[in-house]
Amino acid sequence: MARPVAQAAADEARAGDGQARPAEVGKGELRVEHVSKVYDPEGAAFVAVDDASMHIAPGELRVIVGPSGCGKSTFLNAIAGFHSISSGEIWLDDELLCGPNKPQAKPGADRVVVFQHNALFPWKTVLDNVTYGPIVQERLSKKEARDLGRERMEQAGLAGLEDRYPSELSSGMQRRVEIVRALVNDPKVLLLDEPFRGMDSLTKSVMHESLLEIFDKNKVTVMFITHDIDEAVFLGDKVSVMSTRPGRIKETIEVDIPRPRDYRVLTSPRFRELMAGIHGEVEIEARKAFEAGEREMA
Amino acid sequence: MEMETRPEGQATEATEQGVPGTDQREVARTDGYQGAREARVGQSVQAPMAPVTGWALRRRKLRKALTGPAGRRGALGVVAFIALWQVVTKLDEWVGPQVPLVGALPAPSDVVLRLFELVATGGFWSSWYLSFGRVMWGFAFAMLVGIPFGLLMATSATAKRLLFPPFEVLRPIPPLAWVPLAILFWPTQELSITFVTFLGAFFTVVMNTVGGGEQIDRRYILAARSMGANKWRMFRRVVLPATLPSIATGAVVGMGITWEVVVAAELISGGGGGGSAGGGLGFLVWNSYQGGDIAAVVVGMISLGIAGYISSILVRMASNLTMPWKRLA
Repeated sequence: MARPVAQAAADEARAGDGQARPAEVGKGELRVEHVSKVYDPEGAAFVAVDDASMHIAPGELRVIVGPSGCGKSTFLNAIAGFHSISSGEIWLDDELLCGPNKPQAKPGADRVVVFQHNALFPWKTVLDNVTYGPIVQERLSKKEARDLGRERMEQAGLAGLEDRYPSELSSGMQRRVEIVRALVNDPKVLLLDEPFRGMDSLTKSVMHESLLEIFDKNKVTVMFITHDIDEAVFLGDKVSVMSTRPGRIKETIEVDIPRPRDYRVLTSPRFRELMAGIHGEVEIEARKAFEAGEREMA
Repeated sequence: MEMETRPEGQATEATEQGVPGTDQREVARTDGYQGAREARVGQSVQAPMAPVTGWALRRRKLRKALTGPAGRRGALGVVAFIALWQVVTKLDEWVGPQVPLVGALPAPSDVVLRLFELVATGGFWSSWYLSFGRVMWGFAFAMLVGIPFGLLMATSATAKRLLFPPFEVLRPIPPLAWVPLAILFWPTQELSITFVTFLGAFFTVVMNTVGGGEQIDRRYILAARSMGANKWRMFRRVVLPATLPSIATGAVVGMGITWEVVVAAELISGGGGGGSAGGGLGFLVWNSYQGGDIAAVVVGMISLGIAGYISSILVRMASNLTMPWKRLA
């Protein structure tokens, strides 16, 4: 995590206005306008997401927290193009991903998803996993893709593991490879769906630092879904709290802790203050969900 | 894998002989972060982790299998079994009373003597050649036809709705019930037997391919779609490799069935010539029995055992070649 002092100071100067990392203006601006998702509109009409709106600036790391089953993943799947939406519009820069006449977005490498569980292809070596996107999109030749893959792996501290199979790596390494595999596509938005769920807290904090380090090198907009509030505050430029079902964006809190952040941030008063605030909001929702007979917050 | 020893055996081996590679690999697995740091400092991850591969590894595994505790126990078991068999069958000669039921069987020593006589004849080897050929052709065609057929049903709902019902009606028919039709239908006896052998493996291969293709983890599909894979890429780079383990299972099971079937088919059809000991291993067993040559029956049976074992090793080698990632697990 050691960086030149000048760069760290510059980062600090930038922090606090939601533009913590330098980003190309207009690349990766995500606008979610009044999106609703109703499952089975004919029958039981299960409203998963209700009139949710959100605006993620280019290069922003936005974390969405909320109790389990609040529609966080529905939201992400709609952006990724795995699910349709019932109403509203989702825009990525000037492109309408989905809207009234186009309920489901087409999945594409401009919005790569990293899932909860390891989705590396076990039959491919680490390098072949990393180069999968550019090769299937026929964006790069095999050689170019491999060169790029090696370069990105080295940046992420994965040099020397190119010819290994995913099953030979620890879970932390696998996660890191998966994030590199996503970033190699140069996506406009990286969609992370609870990527560190189920990891022990030590590995998790190592992953957080490494994730921030990787992001500092890749100017990309990030939407990060979690229900771990520590994680949310530690990583996010802004944290959006989602209400319990039907999911809405209840509140968005700006995390004005300067970057680069490391584990020492976790004990700072400002961190605790933000934590307490967000925790309060999420807890209200979790309690509502619990009282409504829903699954309690995991 | 038969050759693999149990964990305790492995542990002893590792500590006693200090197998290089094992410990370091363990470190890299448990501590990802540490590994990454090392990688950034230099190439130190690669050097200690470089595992012993290829023939050196295989030789070590073989040596371990033969000389390790598991290997020794295995050898002891085989020797004890043969000794018991010898005693039980020779008791009437040596002591007097015959052991009931099993006493009339040929003794291992008689079987070995008969084997020496048989290996000198061309018929014995032509039986090996014929049975092996029938099994391999039948099996190869079962894979060649069965895998695409299974993949088609796994990937297309329409195809499955069309093809699966007739397939399910034909599947329970034992391959041997096909023998009369096969003899009528195919111009030569050789083709008839090979066809029945094909049926033995075909249904198993198809079932496993369909099952594997339908149960591909959704994560892989979504990840590939998210990275912009089109239909063909999805099939070639995701569906096919994800189904390979199931296909391999189907192949191993199917290979076992082809041997069962080929023997029975040879019994029924009469083996297709080749002299007294020729005409296939199944024919050899049956013909020897009818001639009262029980030692030759046992030679035929053991030959079948060895032939089946060789076949399953071949299938496993092939599946290891197509699935390098599975060798590590």
